[in-house]
Amino acid sequence: MALVLTACGESSIDDETEANESQAAELGDCGEINMAVNPWVGYEASAYVVGHVAEEQLGCKVNYKDIKEDVAWQGFGTGEVDVIIEDWGHPDLEKKFFAEQGDGSAMDLGPQGNVGIIGWFVPPWLAEEHPEVLDYKNLNDFAEEFATSETGDKGQFLGADPSYVQFDEAIISNLGLDFEVVFSGSEAASITAFQQAEENKEFLIGYFYEPQWLFAEIPLERVALPPYEEGCQDDPAEVDCDYPETVLKKIGSTSWVEEGGPGVELVQNFEWTNDDQNTVAKYISEDGMSPEDAAAQWVEDNQDVVDAWLPQ
Amino acid sequence: MSTLAPERPDAAEPEERPPVEKPRPPLLSSRWLWALGIIGLWIVIWAVTKGNDTLELAGRERTSVHDALAGFRDDVLASRDSNPIIQLTYEIGGWFNSFVDWLQRMISVENFPRPVPEVGWLGVTAVATWIGLAIAGWRIAILVALSFLSFGVFDYWSGAIDLLIVTFVAVGVSVLIGLPLAVLLGTGNRVVHSVMTTALDIFQTMPTFVYLAPVALFFGIGASGAVVCTLLYALPPIIRVAGHGIRTVSETTIEATDSAGQTRWQRLTKVQLPMARRTIVVGLNQTILAALSMATIAAFIDGPGAGQDVLDSLKTVDTGGGFVPGALIVVIAIMLDRTTTAASEYSERAARGGVDLRRRRIVLAVAAVPVIVCLYLSRQYPWAAEFEETGWRTRLADLVNDFFDWFTDVFRDVTQGFKDLISAVLLNPLESLLAESPWWLVAAALLGLAFVLGGLRALLPTVVCVAGLLYFGLWNDAMITLNMTLVGTVLVMVLALVFGVWMARSPKMDLVLRPLLDTGQTIPPFVYMIPVLALFGTTRFSAIVAGVVYAAPVAIKLVADGVKGVSASTLEATRSTGSTTWQEITKVQLPMARGHLVLAANQGLLYVLAMAVIGGLVGAGGLGYDVVLGFARSEEWGFGAAAGISIVLLGIMVDRIARGAADKTSR
Repeated sequence: MALVLTACGESSIDDETEANESQAAELGDCGEINMAVNPWVGYEASAYVVGHVAEEQLGCKVNYKDIKEDVAWQGFGTGEVDVIIEDWGHPDLEKKFFAEQGDGSAMDLGPQGNVGIIGWFVPPWLAEEHPEVLDYKNLNDFAEEFATSETGDKGQFLGADPSYVQFDEAIISNLGLDFEVVFSGSEAASITAFQQAEENKEFLIGYFYEPQWLFAEIPLERVALPPYEEGCQDDPAEVDCDYPETVLKKIGSTSWVEEGGPGVELVQNFEWTNDDQNTVAKYISEDGMSPEDAAAQWVEDNQDVVDAWLPQ
Repeated sequence: MSTLAPERPDAAEPEERPPVEKPRPPLLSSRWLWALGIIGLWIVIWAVTKGNDTLELAGRERTSVHDALAGFRDDVLASRDSNPIIQLTYEIGGWFNSFVDWLQRMISVENFPRPVPEVGWLGVTAVATWIGLAIAGWRIAILVALSFLSFGVFDYWSGAIDLLIVTFVAVGVSVLIGLPLAVLLGTGNRVVHSVMTTALDIFQTMPTFVYLAPVALFFGIGASGAVVCTLLYALPPIIRVAGHGIRTVSETTIEATDSAGQTRWQRLTKVQLPMARRTIVVGLNQTILAALSMATIAAFIDGPGAGQDVLDSLKTVDTGGGFVPGALIVVIAIMLDRTTTAASEYSERAARGGVDLRRRRIVLAVAAVPVIVCLYLSRQYPWAAEFEETGWRTRLADLVNDFFDWFTDVFRDVTQGFKDLISAVLLNPLESLLAESPWWLVAAALLGLAFVLGGLRALLPTVVCVAGLLYFGLWNDAMITLNMTLVGTVLVMVLALVFGVWMARSPKMDLVLRPLLDTGQTIPPFVYMIPVLALFGTTRFSAIVAGVVYAAPVAIKLVADGVKGVSASTLEATRSTGSTTWQEITKVQLPMARGHLVLAANQGLLYVLAMAVIGGLVGAGGLGYDVVLGFARSEEWGFGAAAGISIVLLGIMVDRIARGAADKTSR
């Protein structure tokens, strides 16, 4: 849009209308893509990069829908949502909407290349001054330092946004740690807490994850928990191990996929790395670019990667 | 501006406010002594039973009621292709969608292949200004023009217009549904009246977050869901206020016209509705403002408009980025509020023949000429159709960010200290008493307090609410939320006493404070979430601060109102006895405004409670977190629904006890 405007300069609206029509005719009809945008920046980066390619190089019309995961999955059956571009694993929803057990309105479209890392993190200053905290076995020695007005004499563990997968209460009690979980309630709250803790050199330990734009600003350090083994998180009450790495994937609406078209192929082919996503996320969060501009920038710099996604 | 928040029962029925000039009751009546006795006994029993039967749920533990609620949702989902009700709601949702979409393409977004909307900014602004002129005069016309220009200048044109579109569609439907119900409320018998009032109470106490999931389920996401949840939230004020207006048309007038032999329909259309017109417009005003505040929360289900920009700024923890759209929402609210208020006065004057209609027609016709020119220009030329980016949005955002960084640096130690102090002396002891007492002890104490303070009228609802809280299985979280709400109310009352009295005694202070109070009530809470978190951390106290920002303005206005109501002659009598200012305030003004103080406390408490869900987003736990959890995770849907209902029960219980106490106090 912005490009068209500057290219045409002072021309009249009618000229631009004609230009738009001929451009649409040239690219052919790719149809519309309803893209769910879940509320975190990394997701936004993936969504807008795919959306940008679909619009500019395939001529699709992309509708971005700002919603949480749960609502997005509901939208598959009603045609309101065609794609979730970064899914962190929702077994409960898969049960309801995948074909084997549910109504079959949604389907797995394969990995999108990013690997999600969930774990316990501390601000860098703390890791540097007290490297011992990076092992869970030493955490009890510092419990008092981690205490806040919310936890009395126990240490505070900062839980996360409720929509994330988390077993911290169970891990703490099963490992005999002298900590209490306080749920931050939102990603913004967790990020602000880590920013403040680093800036004011305060003790803080909490749930966090990669890929995440904050790491470009503050390289949080991960605390070692007993390593993840297959099955150690099957019973939520018995969890006493670290989180596994999650292969993030794409979920599509079955009816949209069956319809086919260049948009579907693009989404199926889309795959990139954590670094790629962090780059775009940094454009948005730190450099203050709009998601559209950030995506356009990255696509321009990485056309070779993008070419591999395009329908053959 | 009045209030954006749900118009609570008391505020909507000003005639029930206690008359001010009554002899002063003794400092502590026997009822309050009884209440103190109950609390004392409670503390004694708490000391020995602490920690037993607290009904605390272990993490992720669910009761069968939660499962049943989740089961209901799953059934609805599973049946959505065949269920006729869902087919109907989807049909309605689709209709809203296409209507909003059509309006958007007309005035706010490009109508492809046209690169701009059908009517560009210049045309839209001109038409809006003309409407302002037609319904409320030239002052309002200027206000409207400036507001619309500010949307463009701050690079939020389509966001602001989308918000207006959703608001107007929702308000339009609210009026269509609400007016007949208001007539029913205004003319119905006592049973109809009390059933409807209770239903309205429930709707207005329900946290707005609770609507989101079910509305998305039945009506879909995007414009359709946004319109429906906005209209649900905006409907009660117009029913309540307009119904009240119809009900209070004077008996003698009705009798006088009845004797002329009119039918009930004639009575309604010729007498009751015209005479209640002013109150009906007040109801409309409340409905518009409520709609506006909900339209931003609807951004959580992809509702179009400036709310999305506010939520976007949360993702990148960008205070300034959220402040600019938030401020525009305040601009819209003030514009709509002043316009409807002025329009009601204007129409009142016109009805009494105070407006020269001939002259007005000529003015409007002449003014239509430039409007048509603007419309033409905005269809032909890009500069009149789409705002050039000015960069002001980024500049203002940077400014705000710099200010908050500085503020946080300088004051963080102070605010953290204050938080620790309040946590240690108020929050923790009270939470221990409420949440660590056995449930039967708290329940007994609540029932006892309800009875001694409000009598049977308060006792019965309290019994129902306590039973409900137990049934829905979130007793312990409800106590945690009640604790934060009580502490928040104490802080609200401190502010209300200081600033309310100050405002009442100094017109200058009033002038300075009012716009700030309006802003506090209107600005979406997500805008100040980040700075509050930076100052107070992820704590219960952050939640309390968010609640206080929202609740204090109402309480301050009420206290100022009450203190102003003390008659000048009474004050003069006091002054002649040579009392000091302090004595004048504490011995005369405050005691005589006692009814208003109790009302302010009641309203403050309900408003703080209304922010419980925002508290859940900043680390406060309790029912607010449960609601957020239910909205975010599919498998916790029933849990979230139970938490939403529990907040309603808590609100009604507290309201009934406080109202009972207020009624008796003012007598």
